[in-house]
Amino acid sequence: MTYFSDVAALARKDLLLELRAKETLPSMILFVLAALTIFHFALPGGTAHKAALGLLWAALIFTALLGLTRAFVAEREQGMFDALVLAPCDRSAIWLGKSIAVFAFIACAEVVALPAFAAFFSGIDGRTVAAVALADVGICTVGTLFGAMAVAGRARELLLPLLFLPMAIPIVVGGVGGYLWFLALYDAVFALLAWAAFEYVVSEV
Amino acid sequence: MIAALALGMRFGDKRVFRDVSVDLADGGFLLVTGPNGSGKTTLLRVLAGLTAPSQGEVEGPPRHTVGYLGHDPLVYRELTPLENLTLFGRLYRVPERGERIGMLLERFGLWEVRNDRVSTFSRGMQQRLGLCRVLLHEPRLLLLDEPYNALDAAGAELLDGVFTEPRTWIVATHEPRRVDRLATDRLVFA
Repeated sequence: MTYFSDVAALARKDLLLELRAKETLPSMILFVLAALTIFHFALPGGTAHKAALGLLWAALIFTALLGLTRAFVAEREQGMFDALVLAPCDRSAIWLGKSIAVFAFIACAEVVALPAFAAFFSGIDGRTVAAVALADVGICTVGTLFGAMAVAGRARELLLPLLFLPMAIPIVVGGVGGYLWFLALYDAVFALLAWAAFEYVVSEV
Repeated sequence: MIAALALGMRFGDKRVFRDVSVDLADGGFLLVTGPNGSGKTTLLRVLAGLTAPSQGEVEGPPRHTVGYLGHDPLVYRELTPLENLTLFGRLYRVPERGERIGMLLERFGLWEVRNDRVSTFSRGMQQRLGLCRVLLHEPRLLLLDEPYNALDAAGAELLDGVFTEPRTWIVATHEPRRVDRLATDRLVFA
């Protein structure tokens, strides 16, 4: 139970930081709305639902990337990784707490993005909503791990997209195709890998 | 308490230090001095376990008994002192957390501003909060990097009082006069 109370404390801290700074979530919402508006005017009328859905997934992935880029800003700018890594808690709790906070930001952006998509293009069915929710888990688990790795690098703004976008390809494939089992499998495999790998990633941050 | 043999550190082609050994007994006070850029901070990070040395090994106490204060106070600027110390109190499993936090905030003159955001604090107040954070879990070994930085006269006196506590200390400074009399061991970087 101590592990989960550490996770809760760390996630609460990230939510509180965003609530105070209001830097990440407004940017994500503005970005996804702008992207969907551009797609709306870029696509010819009568475009197939499948093609529009593909653009929705592209918009969601890049919105998530924006959130992930900001995920470790406080730790990087204020040297807080040192303080967190020295704490005697399990280091994977840092990853899980951050993943939960990132999930919350992405979900909030999607609460705005999905109705906007429905208004601009066509309606959203339950399967797409389920696929988006499953995809969010994968995005957060993998993206948070790569976000921590990018913090240590010099070209961190470049490194995160280079690491994350190739890993997001299966999410887009599963999302556009509506393969829920595939997304669930992706989540399970990469959540486990990221959980196990985080200790080694932060050892030298 | 902490021992390191023949430590060496290099960043690419640049050698920061080599063949540095430390053997500090329980209750000892290691004073690390030297000019800017001589490797004091890097040595402290290596001894704290934050950076792996290029050569040599460090044998130190477990993480929960170590406190480290770097150049930054290592507190979240958008949180309040109370929120920062509550977070770290949880992570360090500090018993009777509320009382301990209250006592430290009183001691370092931060009780009145306990609900203000750290981003509104002066650098000296942030350093005081950094000291609260590092003392919160009653560490046996403390590693402090330029701890007098930004402290005013009153803050410096508070820190003088902290140094009288029975702990093991490793302090890096380029202004050693204030703590020189406390040192049991010395390491001088050229």
